[in-house]
Amino acid sequence: MTFLRSICVLVLLFAGVALAQVQTEKPPIALTTEQEARFKALLPNLRCLVCQNESLADSQAPLAQDLRYEIRGLLAQGDSDFQVKKYLTDRYGEFILYRPAVELKTYLLWFGPLLLLVIGLVTLYRFTRRRQNAAAAPAVDQAALRKLLDDDAG
Amino acid sequence: MRYAIPVVVLLGLLALFINGLQHDPRELPSPLIGKIAPAFSLPMLNGDAKQHVTPDDLKGKPVLVNFFASWCAGCQEEHAYLLQLAGSGQAQIVGIDYKDALDDGRNWLQRRGNPYAQVLVDLDGNTGIDWGVYGVPETFVLDAQGKIIFKHIGPMTPQAWERDVRPKLQAAS
Repeated sequence: MTFLRSICVLVLLFAGVALAQVQTEKPPIALTTEQEARFKALLPNLRCLVCQNESLADSQAPLAQDLRYEIRGLLAQGDSDFQVKKYLTDRYGEFILYRPAVELKTYLLWFGPLLLLVIGLVTLYRFTRRRQNAAAAPAVDQAALRKLLDDDAG
Repeated sequence: MRYAIPVVVLLGLLALFINGLQHDPRELPSPLIGKIAPAFSLPMLNGDAKQHVTPDDLKGKPVLVNFFASWCAGCQEEHAYLLQLAGSGQAQIVGIDYKDALDDGRNWLQRRGNPYAQVLVDLDGNTGIDWGVYGVPETFVLDAQGKIIFKHIGPMTPQAWERDVRPKLQAAS
């Protein structure tokens, strides 16, 4: 995580030295306190697509800055959280959401681990059952065993 | 025989992981494939600032839309190949100069040659956002009706062209 982040920072530093990307001056967008709170709550759940292990809240990539600005604009015009997420997934796909929606095509993603757990438990159960049966299987002549043990001790 | 199932499971997982390793996690599938290209109205790099180009102007025949910038290293990498593609008439390419200083963009094309039929300017990057661009260069294949049929992320290479782009372009022609 830190390693990846430092690589991202390095890449951005080099990008800044060698090549100048234009950041156009945009007027700041004022939000109500309620909108500002929703803005703050949304960002950590959105992935920066340039530095994929950072959220839009953390990333200093130019695209992340642009997207933060767009999101502020959407919130200011009264969009709901759902509308903001739809705006982003319409353009960048589900990958931008750290928590993808639970729907048919993401069932495996959401419930796959549970499925693996169930398969594991069933296998474990059957395995131990088989071992118990195998251990119990040979009929032991108790009298002969006793005799054998006694002889040994004596 | 009693090891058959674990071995099969292990091999299956191994195949899954090897397959996964061959995917570049930076290449994200675009939700725009199969949809009409998002609207824009952009000025041309070398033209009247008042005259704008929209996706409607690109309709009529299949076209490549290439997001590039003078500050982008991958764009230098693919530039010679784009010149070759355009020069041999294999593709008509429309360039969108993404978040670039106008003079930088002009100088860059003058110095390296211009593979583009038209060069549009996306100064603030808003068209890039609408098209889901997250790292230039990115190349979209549009059919004659202006529908996005493919997107290539990263520098265009002869391999990518032969394998992915050319077949799509031909199917659309």
